[in-house]
Amino acid sequence: MAAAAKLRTLDPAAQITIVSAELAHPYQRPVLSKAYLSGKAALETIALRPASWFSENGIDLLRGATVTVIDRASKFIALSTGGTVPYDALVLATGASARPFPEDKGGALAGVHTMRDLGDADRLKRELADGRRLVVIGGGYIGLEAASEARKKGVDVTVLEAAERIVQRVAASETSDHLRSLHQSHGVAIREGVQVSRITDEGGRVNGVELAGGENVPADFVVVGIGISPNTALAQEAGLIIDNGVAVDTFMRTSDPSIYAVGDCASFPHEYRRIRLESVQNANDQGAAAAASIAGNDTPYRATPWFWSDQFEMKLQIAGLNTGYDDVLALTGSGAARAHLYFRSGVFLAADCFNDPVTFAMSRKLLDSGGKLTREQAELAGFSMKAFVTR
Amino acid sequence: MATITWKLANGSTISAEVADGTNLMNAAVANNVTGVVGECGGCLSCATCHVFVEAGWSVRVGKPDDVEDAMLEITETPRTELSRLSCQIIASAALDGLVLTVPQG
Repeated sequence: MAAAAKLRTLDPAAQITIVSAELAHPYQRPVLSKAYLSGKAALETIALRPASWFSENGIDLLRGATVTVIDRASKFIALSTGGTVPYDALVLATGASARPFPEDKGGALAGVHTMRDLGDADRLKRELADGRRLVVIGGGYIGLEAASEARKKGVDVTVLEAAERIVQRVAASETSDHLRSLHQSHGVAIREGVQVSRITDEGGRVNGVELAGGENVPADFVVVGIGISPNTALAQEAGLIIDNGVAVDTFMRTSDPSIYAVGDCASFPHEYRRIRLESVQNANDQGAAAAASIAGNDTPYRATPWFWSDQFEMKLQIAGLNTGYDDVLALTGSGAARAHLYFRSGVFLAADCFNDPVTFAMSRKLLDSGGKLTREQAELAGFSMKAFVTR
Repeated sequence: MATITWKLANGSTISAEVADGTNLMNAAVANNVTGVVGECGGCLSCATCHVFVEAGWSVRVGKPDDVEDAMLEITETPRTELSRLSCQIIASAALDGLVLTVPQG
């Protein structure tokens, strides 16, 4: 969507076709596990664009269709619905899929959910009712958001995390501690360092989650939030280079210069290695970068990553990437405001901001501008990101 | 109900009737206003719904609060004293006739 929108502004004459596997018009995904799940945001309000936008901008939207083959030699794609579409440039924005819990361990039982698309959110929403019991497998952001929305509806929630602490892969222990306290204060049970051996059932419907050691945690429904895998099958079949996602250069080009990849499915160069980011910011900015390349205005992709999560009354906003951090400094502001600053070799990398949008915005500004903040500067008494950035 | 007009970067304008209580980012998206994105859905995280309020309307539209003020520091087009994030402007009869300019992206 972002690539199509940007290309239309750069090239009024380009013929643009979007192929979407889903039947729904393109919608915002982040809100699905947040306000949409609680019913606060209705479907009409989460459309990325109204249906009229596509025709007004001369963009063909093919819904309910998947691409079966990319013919790179003749430059066309074949569709599951029949027919082919020729291309000069092709953008793969195939996203990612929720990693499923193994089927032979109960992953396919009725009442076992993942949280990825509109259908998932609608199915999960129907399970949320006062007094029912939810077990969340995986204490990452998706799992914690689902736990929060369910708890707000009076559901009895237990989160099971295999690692030593929740959000371990993506955040510092200070952030894990803060989120754990928040959830516990709302009555969510958080159990870390526990291994799940299988999901148990009665007559094909989930009734509990069995831990290694034999304990069974009773459940009326289960949310599996154990990460996502990039959708690379199509690119792989087309012979493109795959490296934890479809490998692209800084202009979003894959190993075929006519084919681009953006968003959750793309792995791109960052510092001295490749990374893959799972966020709406990354999807939008890379889509726009690919469109610029297609239009002939190559500009290397360099955007400050940011991300947000709503849990209970807390808004967590993250600016920057904490990759390789070796030090964390906690800043406490007024009221519930709090920020965890990440440093590598004494230099600021990223901030987790809790109910602290000012520090979030100022951290983004600092990172956007390439400015440098050292650990020594940040630990001075009375330090504030705002005062530092606007100095 | 308020009639809101957006001046687009390409020189064209779009006017629409907006129901009371609707934020003007949602209204812009619903009316295909190019340049107003609303990436975060209106939760003050992205600054992609930046607009300039027509001079003379500032008092009626009001000033940004501290959070919005901070987010205005990271807009793609630099802010001016007329800048607002349109997700924070809520339509009402008092804003009937309001004109917003969408930044050149």
